[in-house]
Amino acid sequence: MLITNNGDSLVQALGKATDIAIAGRSPWADARVRFLRNKASVVSLCLLVLIVIVCVVGPFVLPHAFDSSDWDAMSLPPTFKNAHFLGTDDSGRDLLVRTLIGGRVSLMVGILATLSSVSLGIAWGATAGFLGGKVDAFMMRIVDMMYAVPYLLIAILMVTILGRAFYLVVITITVFSWMDMARVVRGQTLSLRSREFIEAARAIGVPTRRIISQHIIPNLLGVVVVYTTVTVPGVILTESVLSFLGLGIQEPMTSWGVLIHDGTAVMEISPWILLFPAGFLSVTLYCFNYIGDGLRDALDPKDR
Amino acid sequence: MWSYSFRRVLATIPTLLAVITVCYLLLHATPGGPFDDERKVSAAVLANLQAKYHLDQPVWKQYLYYLNNLLHGDLGASFRYEDWSVNELVAKALPVSAAIGGGSIVLALLIGVTLGTVAALRQNSVADYLVMLVGNMGSAFPSFVIGPVLILVFAIWLHWAPAGGWSDFAPRYMLLPMALLIFINVATIGRVMRGSLIEVMHSNFIRTARAKGLPMRTVVMRHALKPALLPVVSLVGPLAISSITAAVVTESVFSLPGLGKLIVNGAGNRDYTLVLGLVVLVTVIAVTFNLLVDLAYAALDPKIRY
Repeated sequence: MLITNNGDSLVQALGKATDIAIAGRSPWADARVRFLRNKASVVSLCLLVLIVIVCVVGPFVLPHAFDSSDWDAMSLPPTFKNAHFLGTDDSGRDLLVRTLIGGRVSLMVGILATLSSVSLGIAWGATAGFLGGKVDAFMMRIVDMMYAVPYLLIAILMVTILGRAFYLVVITITVFSWMDMARVVRGQTLSLRSREFIEAARAIGVPTRRIISQHIIPNLLGVVVVYTTVTVPGVILTESVLSFLGLGIQEPMTSWGVLIHDGTAVMEISPWILLFPAGFLSVTLYCFNYIGDGLRDALDPKDR
Repeated sequence: MWSYSFRRVLATIPTLLAVITVCYLLLHATPGGPFDDERKVSAAVLANLQAKYHLDQPVWKQYLYYLNNLLHGDLGASFRYEDWSVNELVAKALPVSAAIGGGSIVLALLIGVTLGTVAALRQNSVADYLVMLVGNMGSAFPSFVIGPVLILVFAIWLHWAPAGGWSDFAPRYMLLPMALLIFINVATIGRVMRGSLIEVMHSNFIRTARAKGLPMRTVVMRHALKPALLPVVSLVGPLAISSITAAVVTESVFSLPGLGKLIVNGAGNRDYTLVLGLVVLVTVIAVTFNLLVDLAYAALDPKIRY
């Protein structure tokens, strides 16, 4: 209603209406509003931030070291005695501290492997999509091949042969998690390529490499953000599976996968050793999935 | 269709070759050979042994020997299990994996499609909530968390089934592992089936079918189900790949003597030839399976014309 009952003239009302229209919002501000409206995503984000803070700060605050044994308290259920809030494992190591340290490792692997696989995926997809033709066909054929391969088995072969150091685990995971990003980025690039501003850039002689880095990649940011949040839980999951199978992070270092593996061995007598790390891992994965959903809804250009 | 099938079959060859080559080179890059032991054999004996296994030849020749052996179905000898060839180990383990994996995929398809259909037709009913719940849990909890929890609840607390192990295809031992695999796959299949059937039910030809007075049963069975199943069919390929991962975890959790357990043990023992052989074998199975799914998809979808 432009004409209101409290005496506003049509002109004033129109002015107001156009003012609102003129005070435009950037697509990112738009997306933020949409994201904040999604309760599940916001709760997940808060929970995730909390988990990260606790994992980073917790081990400094708690009185136990993750690899030292408390000989008076072995396989202790959760208790306030000696500040073993989640109990201890069968060697008397504090489970809370181990879970938090394991969380640090899992999140660290998650972040590093995601960064590397996302960069690889963007570079691969943007190059294939921009160059097109035979190069594109060949590069995407390789992506298809990677999809058809039972990646966990090859990851197992890689850690068997290369070893199980932290950075090798990250590399192994990277090799098998960049394809989704490459596909999505290629699709976007293909559609961007034929747009006028790219043609203009090419017409004034901007070199191909610069067009990709200065014009294509910034415009891909939306999908990249969404798929990055989807990649993180996948990567953490792969690390956990490898560690769970005893082929990832090695003792005395630990990760959520290692802890769950240790927990399954003693779950008959002390199920909490299994359940707490499993809970932490599941909640983290859940949070990432919901944040990804929220971001997709918020950033999806089709939705605008 | 025939030319498409032919091209699709040919296209699998580079994939297989690439995987085998990369794995072989990885294996070859590792320092040490099978005869480098603490107990040194004399140089002459070593040379004889190396000549017997072609280890004195250049890499590309060894690779061709390996390929030739593969074509004859010979995966080589194990580094760790004496008296066992990889083939013999596989022959013992494959039926276990095939029974658990194949059985659970078929059951998961049946259950998933049924649940998804009911959920799509009766939105907000019990079945709908069940699909959503299973779908949510299946995507949030990884298999190596659900597995141990299943053992904890059904084997240790309720004593309904043994916690693990294997005894000659006795159903008792197959119950929990199959339940785990079915659960994980039903989660995905149910969700996809629900979504795609809802979409199909909103399309114009369904409205036409209903407008001419066909009973709901006929509309769903004759008209809606086939197009709604297409996304599920295209899902089967990736699902089989992820089931291989799930199977490795499952066999580890329930200590089943299948291929997954074999590969994990092999990796733990650094039994390179065993792991390589298993990777090659499973890749061939997976690629073949993907091929069959693609061909089935092309045959089913009238929109695809090659």
